[in-house]
Amino acid sequence: MTDAPVATVLVPGPAVSGPILRLTEPLSFWGGVDPVTGRITDIRHPEHGQCVAGTILMIPETRGSSSSSSIMLELIRAGAAPAALVLDRVDAILVLGILVAREMGLSHPPAYRLPRAAMAELAGIAALDRQGRITCLDALPEQPT
Amino acid sequence: MPLPMPEEEAGNALALRPSGHEDARRNTPRPRVLPLSIETDLAPHLAGARGPAAATAARILAETARLLGTDSLVPVASAHIDGCLFHGDAGVLFAETLVAGGGQVAVPTTLNVGALDLIHAGRVRFAAHQQRMAERMVAAYEALGCRPTWTCAPYQAGHRPGLGDHVAWGESNAVAFANSVLGARTNRLGDFLDICCALTGFAPETGLHLDRNRIGRFVFDVTGLSERLKAEEAFYPVLGSLVGSLCGEAVPVVVGLPPGVDEDRLKAFGAAAASSGAVALFHIVGSTPEAPSLAAALGRAEPAERVVVTPALVRDARDRLTTADRAAEPDAIAIGSPHLSFEELAALERGLAGRRTRLPIYACTSRFVWQVLQEEGRAEALEAAGVVPIVDTCVVVAPILPEATFDRPKVLMTNSGKFAHYAPGNTGWATVYGSLDDCVETAVAGRLVRDEGAWA
Repeated sequence: MTDAPVATVLVPGPAVSGPILRLTEPLSFWGGVDPVTGRITDIRHPEHGQCVAGTILMIPETRGSSSSSSIMLELIRAGAAPAALVLDRVDAILVLGILVAREMGLSHPPAYRLPRAAMAELAGIAALDRQGRITCLDALPEQPT
Repeated sequence: MPLPMPEEEAGNALALRPSGHEDARRNTPRPRVLPLSIETDLAPHLAGARGPAAATAARILAETARLLGTDSLVPVASAHIDGCLFHGDAGVLFAETLVAGGGQVAVPTTLNVGALDLIHAGRVRFAAHQQRMAERMVAAYEALGCRPTWTCAPYQAGHRPGLGDHVAWGESNAVAFANSVLGARTNRLGDFLDICCALTGFAPETGLHLDRNRIGRFVFDVTGLSERLKAEEAFYPVLGSLVGSLCGEAVPVVVGLPPGVDEDRLKAFGAAAASSGAVALFHIVGSTPEAPSLAAALGRAEPAERVVVTPALVRDARDRLTTADRAAEPDAIAIGSPHLSFEELAALERGLAGRRTRLPIYACTSRFVWQVLQEEGRAEALEAAGVVPIVDTCVVVAPILPEATFDRPKVLMTNSGKFAHYAPGNTGWATVYGSLDDCVETAVAGRLVRDEGAWA
């Protein structure tokens, strides 16, 4: 178990855990992520074929379409959103999808900010508490029944 | 379900011919007397005095501004909405919440493409539920008071803010064009923030609304490329794609192009740069209004980075727009991302020169441009030649192309850097990039024809 830096809360939400998916290149959600399944469909992207659903999604750099906020909202409503969004810089596009979901009363992932250098040191499974403290785990915690 | 434009709006929106830079009359942003703030200027909205929809819009706007680190707002002269494209039920439900809450746009507002061709029923292959939801999306945004323009090139349908005007625009190509070619000021607004700005009439005063963030930082020097390449229309999307992929969110400055690059080329450059990167503002020395000189574009400072663009870099960027195997033959052609201008359709007519095509050419354009071609009797001739007009939408945002599967791969040839970028992910079609002439000759011959001359 390793302790890691604390991420800044952008949009608060419940404590979450999940496998870390760190994008190694910028990804446009519109045109790059299936809004129903969360699968990465951009064939030029290194993480093509992986799925963002349920992950601690770490995004060092963003790009592409401003429709990515729509895709984030659809992912949230479809239950295929990341468990948490972790950005190096505040991206008013992906986070907007979360803000609108909150406005619509949908259960939504929290969003955090973490420098990309800190992201690079994280791998495997992580838990984030409400304050943005990140703990790397050996295995996913048991889900309460 | 055609949606007639009210007379005076249609009149405004029919200023079709690209008008170059004569709009660049004012040289400085309009001075403002008092800074506006969330606390004072959004207070009535937040308190619900303007109705529930305005309150929702104000909360989202205020929260976004806070995340972006500002309490200041800027009043906007107009808005262009990208959030009106149907992606799924959630976006429709949000729009309908705004309608139910009495939402009405506070400034003149145009709509980007939707997921339906409202002029040619049946062109989009939606299942019944999606069709109904897409129609509800159209109805909701029109009920909010937005003009039913349904185009990603609103700047070629009469919506042309002036130099220094603060606006709130969505859709990456439209944003890049408004900032760079018109010299208006907008950030790259994500879906939903665009309509929130339109409903309140304000945008967060950050980013490209501020002088200091409009200064170019990343120089692309194309001086060494051949004049023949620079004269080639297909070079501009490729250059945009290269610039976007290297500079990310930085403001790029291109130096070494002939002065007065035409508007359609700037549009194609910006759309490609905003697809491969997050470019919201670019300067092309001698062509865009904030770049009369390299020094002016750089704010008289040294650039952070400089790339000398070589023929090899250009060829590499061009080849990345092709995802199909070398031996693959195109199944169809798509042009018009951003939507084709009047001049671009005229170039298509000249290229076809009365010939019929073996492959369909999907030509995406706005209802305004297509209406003129219909009135002049030219639309019918184009359709008879094998052109499939797509109006109000396009082939990468809606299921229009025949379905491609792993077992039945399909190949799309295009001259659009943006189509080349998004077609594989959104449609499953592989791409081949070529010039408009290459596309037309391929369509006529029924097999791939490409002139490599300019790229050598």
